Formats: sequence, C-alpha cells, structure tokens
Amino acid sequence: MELLKKKRNDVEGLIFINLVRFLFYILLAVLIFLLFKIFIEGIGVISFEFLFDSPRNNMTEGGIGPAIFGTIAVTFIMILFAVPLGVFSAIYLNEYAKDTFLTRIIRTSVNNLAGVPSIVFGLFGLGFFILFVGKNLDEVLGTGLLFGQPALLWASATLAVLVLPVVIVSTLEALNSVPKTHRDASYGLGATKWQTIKNVVLPQARPGILTGTILAISRGAGETAPILFLGAAFFLPNLPLVDLCIGDYCITIINPAEQFMYLAYHIFILATQSANPTKTLPIQYGSTLVLIALTFLLNITAIIFRYRFRKILGRV
Amino acid sequence: MKEVKISVRNLNLYYGEKQALKNISIDIPSNKITAFIGPSGCGKSTFLRVLNRMNDLIDNVKITGEVLIENVNIYDKQIDVVNLRKRVGMVFQKSNLFPKTIYENLIYGLKINGIKDKKILDATAEKTLKQAALWDEVYDRLHEPALSLSGGQQQRLCIARALAVEPEIILMDEPASALDPISTAKIEELIHELKNKYTIVIVTHNMQQAARVSDQTAFFYLGELIEYDKTSKIFTNPSKKQTEDYVTGRFG
Repeated sequence: MELLKKKRNDVEGLIFINLVRFLFYILLAVLIFLLFKIFIEGIGVISFEFLFDSPRNNMTEGGIGPAIFGTIAVTFIMILFAVPLGVFSAIYLNEYAKDTFLTRIIRTSVNNLAGVPSIVFGLFGLGFFILFVGKNLDEVLGTGLLFGQPALLWASATLAVLVLPVVIVSTLEALNSVPKTHRDASYGLGATKWQTIKNVVLPQARPGILTGTILAISRGAGETAPILFLGAAFFLPNLPLVDLCIGDYCITIINPAEQFMYLAYHIFILATQSANPTKTLPIQYGSTLVLIALTFLLNITAIIFRYRFRKILGRV
Repeated sequence: MKEVKISVRNLNLYYGEKQALKNISIDIPSNKITAFIGPSGCGKSTFLRVLNRMNDLIDNVKITGEVLIENVNIYDKQIDVVNLRKRVGMVFQKSNLFPKTIYENLIYGLKINGIKDKKILDATAEKTLKQAALWDEVYDRLHEPALSLSGGQQQRLCIARALAVEPEIILMDEPASALDPISTAKIEELIHELKNKYTIVIVTHNMQQAARVSDQTAFFYLGELIEYDKTSKIFTNPSKKQTEDYVTGRFG
C-alpha cells in the first residue's frame, strides 16, 4: 500500500512537470513562429541596395539605408552620454555614498526610472532638452533657432536618460559582486580607495558593465515612442552629416543638430502611413528583420566580450 | 621582554552601541611571534585589525585608547593610514589573491606605490617568492593565473605578496585555517623563518599551532585580554582559571 501511495505522488509531480513543459513549448513556439515569419517574409527584400539605399517613390521602393544610419548614429551618441554617467553614478553609489536616507531614495528612484513608460521620456526630452535647454542655449548664444528644435543630439540625450537605469543597475550589480576579500587585500597592501577601485574592483566588474552597456544599446535601438517628438523624420533625402573643417582639413561627422531617420520609427511609418500597403509590406518585414538582426548582433557582441573578459580573469 | 614593537594602551572598540574590545593593554615584542587565541567572537580578529586600522573601513566603529608602533600613536589624526598599512602588512584567513597572474599579484603593492622599473619588480618578485618558499614551485609559470595554484600555494603567495611591500609587522588572521595539515606545516615553517626579519602577530583557533609557532600568547575572552605571557607559560602553567580551562579544552 505504501508503494501505491508513493506512486500517486509521482503522478502529481508528473502532471506538474508536463504542464510546465507544455507552457514552455507554447512560449518557444510563439517565439520561433514570430522569428520564422519575419525571416521568411523579410529575407526576400534584403540586398545590398536595400541596406544602403534611401527609400524611393513614397517608400514603396528603395532601401532603408538612412534609417539604419540614423539608428546607429543616435545609439552611438546615446552611449557617449549614458555610459560614463551611469558607470560613475554607480561607482559613487556603491563605493563612496554612505547608506543614508537620501542614497536609499536615489537607489529606489533609479529602479523606478526603469519602469517609467518610454513616451513619458519622450515628453520629458521635448520639454527639458528642446524647450528648456535648447531654447535657452539659443538665447544665450544668440544662435537663432539652432538648439531649440528637435535634433539628433536631443534624441540621443533623451534615450540616454531612458537607458540610464539599465547601465546603473547592471554596473551596481557588477561592483557588488567583487568580493570584499579582494578589496581587503588591496587595502591591506596600502592601496588607497581609488587605487583599489581602479586596479581591483573595476577590472573585475568590467564584464558586467559591458553587458549593461550592450543591453542599453539594444533597448535604445528598439525604442520608438520617445523619439517621436525629438527629431525622428518621416523621410530625409540626405544623411545627417556635416563637414567639420579646421583650416583646409575637413572630416565628415554626424551632425547632431540634424533630424534623422530611425529604424523602429520607420517600421511604424511603413505600417501606419503607407500609400500602398501591398508594396510596402515586404519592405516592412525586411526592416523588422534588420532591426532584430542588429539587436541580435549587439547581444552576441556582448556575450563574446563577456566571455573573453572572463577568460582573462581566469577562474574566480 | 625584549624591545617592544607595538604597545597598546587602554584600547576600547565599539560597534555602534556594542563594546567589542574592553580596555586592552598589551606590549608586542619586536621580531617575535605573538599569537592571539580565544573562542570565536572573543574579539581577537577585531583586535588584529585594530593594529593596521582595517576597522576604519567599517561604518559605525568607534575606538578609544592608544596604539603605539615605535612610540607613534597610529590613531593620531596626522597618521596616513595608507602608509601605515604598508608598514603593517596583513595576511587573511582565506587566500584573497586577485584574479590576475602570479606575477601581477606579487607586484601589486609596488605598483600602487608607483614603482614601474621592471628590474626592481622582477627582483622583488623573485626575492619574495624565495622568502615564501614558493620560488621552486612557480618560477616557470609566473605569468599564469594565480588562482590556478593549490590552496596552500595560494596562501603562501598571499604572504609573499604582503612581504613585497617590505612591511615591518605582519598580521596574520588564521592563515592556515582553511588548509590541509601538510600545507599548514609549510606555512608554520615559513612563519618561523620570517620572524628573524619581521614582527609577526597571528590569530589562530588552533591551540597546537599557537603552541608550536609563537613566542608569546595572548588569550582573549568576551572582548577582554585575560592573560598574556610567554607561550610556554600560557600552555603549561597559566595563572588564570579561564585560560587554563580554554587551553585544556574544557570550554570554547
């Protein structure tokens, strides 16, 4: 009889395991279907021209070159803002700030910031960066209407604020995971606090910080709502570039005062504003595929980097 | 007693409200090995960390009294803690090597002092490894990860790393408690050899170890220094009842 009872328990376990397994397969199926569908529908239009050309004929022909360029440009400048700010904030919070009421509020705020809807960040960017910072800069510098309008710079700055919690939280975790014994060892050898952070803590935290950075890039590259007000253009004939000249020597750089096209926004446009849906549909799939591939590529880069750093650090 | 290296006068230490060390006065002789023994939580490790101000890193610690190293109070406001820790090195309970190579671990202390000359760094690495009796085992793999060494080798490398900054005093917090008997024997042998050049203070749970390696022994209990005398006296003819109970294993 004992044996029989045990078997009943096993049946319950079996049901549970299979239920969990079933739910997992459903999730997997949805994901695979989604990726498969996008791949099948999108791969047909992918070509060299598609990746580098501008859209033509009211977006029913041509490529998505400017949108890819805009996405890369915006996220690149975003990283320049977000990573130093985020990493240094995290270093301050984890290494220097004492555990007080104020720093607890800051920590909580950072976590809450991650949960704010992205459209709110868009409005914040418009109100703060363009209408406040930009307008006032124009007035002070007497530049007419240069800074006080939607532009690449402000879109990057706003996205930087949006991804800041991601960078801060992952850096905090990375710093926290460095064992206290290693810090003790460093102090015990007569190192100052900064020497300890620079030589012991940061090298070990680097993989984590890097992961945070890449996560921030994928998050920023995929956002649509915040950049709606901040300079994402429906269509631009030229890339947002400018020649920076010192004497006779000129280099071409990203023009932060220009508007730009953006992949995620471009997909939104194709889906909602198309004059000829049958013709734009494949382009839309193609653009989606490119966006997913771009994000995927970034994540792979993060994983490779992390792996290589861990290998250098050896067994911990 | 010979020349006094460290002289502690009426030291009290509080973690917040709780008093962890009570009115401790002790003279630690130069070029000798002094062992701190006592049951867990008796304050011996805390007291060890007083001697190079590692407790400064913990919030809420308050210390009163004096710790004189060669007649200079290390709790004086003008003391540079960083310099103090160079003079008073520390070896911890568990090996805490950095996830870097053996060589990088050895020269860490020199590098943060701004020494970049490769000749000096190489010479120091070799010298300290020989001092720590580790040279023969690792000379051909100095640039391999330090964490690929065995537990005992790692702990000896920690000692070598501490020696590289040329301290006068070495504090050891249960340096062999996580090691097997053979590695422990090697560490003890090493400690014994080091005493010619350094003043060594060692915290240990292992009474045989204290009896084997030390010249002086201090017995701590509940934050108080109960008895401090020659090791032979503490283990054969202690004057306090509590000490006798502890060293004979009747409690603790």
